[in-house]
Amino acid sequence: MKPLLALLALVLASAGQAQTDPQPAEPPPLEVDVTGGQRAALPIAVPYMPTPQEAATAAGGTGALGRQVADIVATDLRNSGLFTPIGPGGLHAVSFPQVTAPDFPYFATTGAQNLVQGFVQANANGSITVGCYLYDIAAQNELTRQGYVIQPRDWRRAAHRCADAIFSRLTGEGAYFDTRIVYVSETGPARRRIKRLAIMDYDGANHRFLTNGQWTVLTPRFAPNQQTITFMTYQDERPRVMVYELDSGRTRPLVAGPNMTFAPRYSPDSRYIIFSMAIGGNTDIYRIPVAGGTPQRLTNSPGIDTGGSYSPDGSRIVFESDRGGSQQIYMMAADGSNPRRISFGGGGYATPVWSPRGDLIAFTKTGGFRIGVMAPDGSGERILTGGGYAEGPTWAPNGRAIMFTRGASQGELWYVDVASGATRRVPTPLGGSDPAWSPLRP
Amino acid sequence: MKRLTSLAAIALALSLSAGCAHRRTANELPPEPPSATATAEADEGQVQDNGIAPAALPGSRADFLQTVPSDRVFFDFDSFALDDQDRTTLDAQAAWLTRNATVRVTIEGHADERGTREYNLALGDRRANAARDYLESRGIAASRMQTISWGKERPANPASSEEAYAENRRAVTVVPE
Repeated sequence: MKPLLALLALVLASAGQAQTDPQPAEPPPLEVDVTGGQRAALPIAVPYMPTPQEAATAAGGTGALGRQVADIVATDLRNSGLFTPIGPGGLHAVSFPQVTAPDFPYFATTGAQNLVQGFVQANANGSITVGCYLYDIAAQNELTRQGYVIQPRDWRRAAHRCADAIFSRLTGEGAYFDTRIVYVSETGPARRRIKRLAIMDYDGANHRFLTNGQWTVLTPRFAPNQQTITFMTYQDERPRVMVYELDSGRTRPLVAGPNMTFAPRYSPDSRYIIFSMAIGGNTDIYRIPVAGGTPQRLTNSPGIDTGGSYSPDGSRIVFESDRGGSQQIYMMAADGSNPRRISFGGGGYATPVWSPRGDLIAFTKTGGFRIGVMAPDGSGERILTGGGYAEGPTWAPNGRAIMFTRGASQGELWYVDVASGATRRVPTPLGGSDPAWSPLRP
Repeated sequence: MKRLTSLAAIALALSLSAGCAHRRTANELPPEPPSATATAEADEGQVQDNGIAPAALPGSRADFLQTVPSDRVFFDFDSFALDDQDRTTLDAQAAWLTRNATVRVTIEGHADERGTREYNLALGDRRANAARDYLESRGIAASRMQTISWGKERPANPASSEEAYAENRRAVTVVPE
């Protein structure tokens, strides 16, 4: 924890120095206290965002939208675990001229170190502009500003983009709020569970179903280019991997033939999918172009080889295998050569997933069902959270948060912060399992 | 009269040649209607006319469930090895399948909830194939059998207990209705 805090402080300090402000004001020292193993969150004021002129839009009035955008920015920042938002409720109203001339003395009295202000304005062509400004209250200067011209229906995305800009500016880490989750929505008794493919914003908004529940579906994954989703279905009682085209809504089988295919994962360039195929009781990992073709076999052991995941540069594949007698994590080149075991702790390991940053591999530790991370060479194993049949980690695109499934008979989606281990439940309308986090939206 | 007798003799010879454990002659009545417990899983969810149970016609699922000691075999944790009891069960299934040579079956492999989802799909596939391979070794044509793995997606017992896990680690031979 401490090194990370120091890094955070360093990033903030260097960011402050990078300011072109003629007055070289040092940013105030960041709260780096470690209390009970948890980092103290940064207080940040987020007042409601005014509108220069109240106007009706397809998503409601601009005044109401300004309040809703501020609510979402505050919620995003709180969800990260690194910030304690103050407001929007309870703060003084901000007038439109004040958006670029904040009342710093007032906001200093709130205890906040930073301030987010903004506005929502209707444009003549039906679009709206959302402005987003970040200030350092003690230094009384602007740290970043962003403006988004969007269709009114996408107002939530503008709020997430604003929160992303603030998060990145203050932490030095990558953004991740303007993202989506594809997952399996679950309902009904365990013996006849109905499982539907569903997609939603990372915070649970804009939820919709992609399949009707007639057939069980499992383990969806986003293509890095976000044009397709791959998943497994029991359609026609033929368990196999499918590719869903997000634009057209069309679904097609990935691999021809009668054998069960499962555990699909995209290559970083979105050109290939690696998957497992079971032939006569033996499961190996194969690779095939997303558009279809002839599967190329990558593993060749009598054991169960599954759960492959590419390194961010596409040169290596981490996977699980029980070839040595128990489920363990192995690494191989992307062509299947040079497989070697990298997990050596007690118990079994499954579902390795390479971090988008490349620095860590998340996994499920079997026997107790815990979520952990290790370096790609297998060192530095660290358990983040466990209990309640936790399995199936998926990384946020900035590599600092993981979502996973918890619960056997009634699945739930959970979020864990990689640095602190803090967890929270992700809201879903029904039960949920097998989440897959999208990259940042284009 | 003579013609009827010779027919009965042929029928008797046929049933004996099948090596049937449950000997029947042409004079016997059709098999008893299945008991409620024997068909609980097969007929679950179906509304039946009051007081009229479906007949367990030869070659039907009801006949299969009545005839064999079990439609399923059970496995140890993370194992797909068959034991003596499993082989006895599968021997009886093979005998029934030999007698009902036109019936095609699906063998479902299942796992308990203590494995990860994808591993359990592969494990269920191993279990289904273990049962399938044994039936094939007892003379059942491979073309009559297909396998499907459900992993941990279709527990027989939804509880989280050792008893439930033991019930769920199974390969089930499913005869069409």
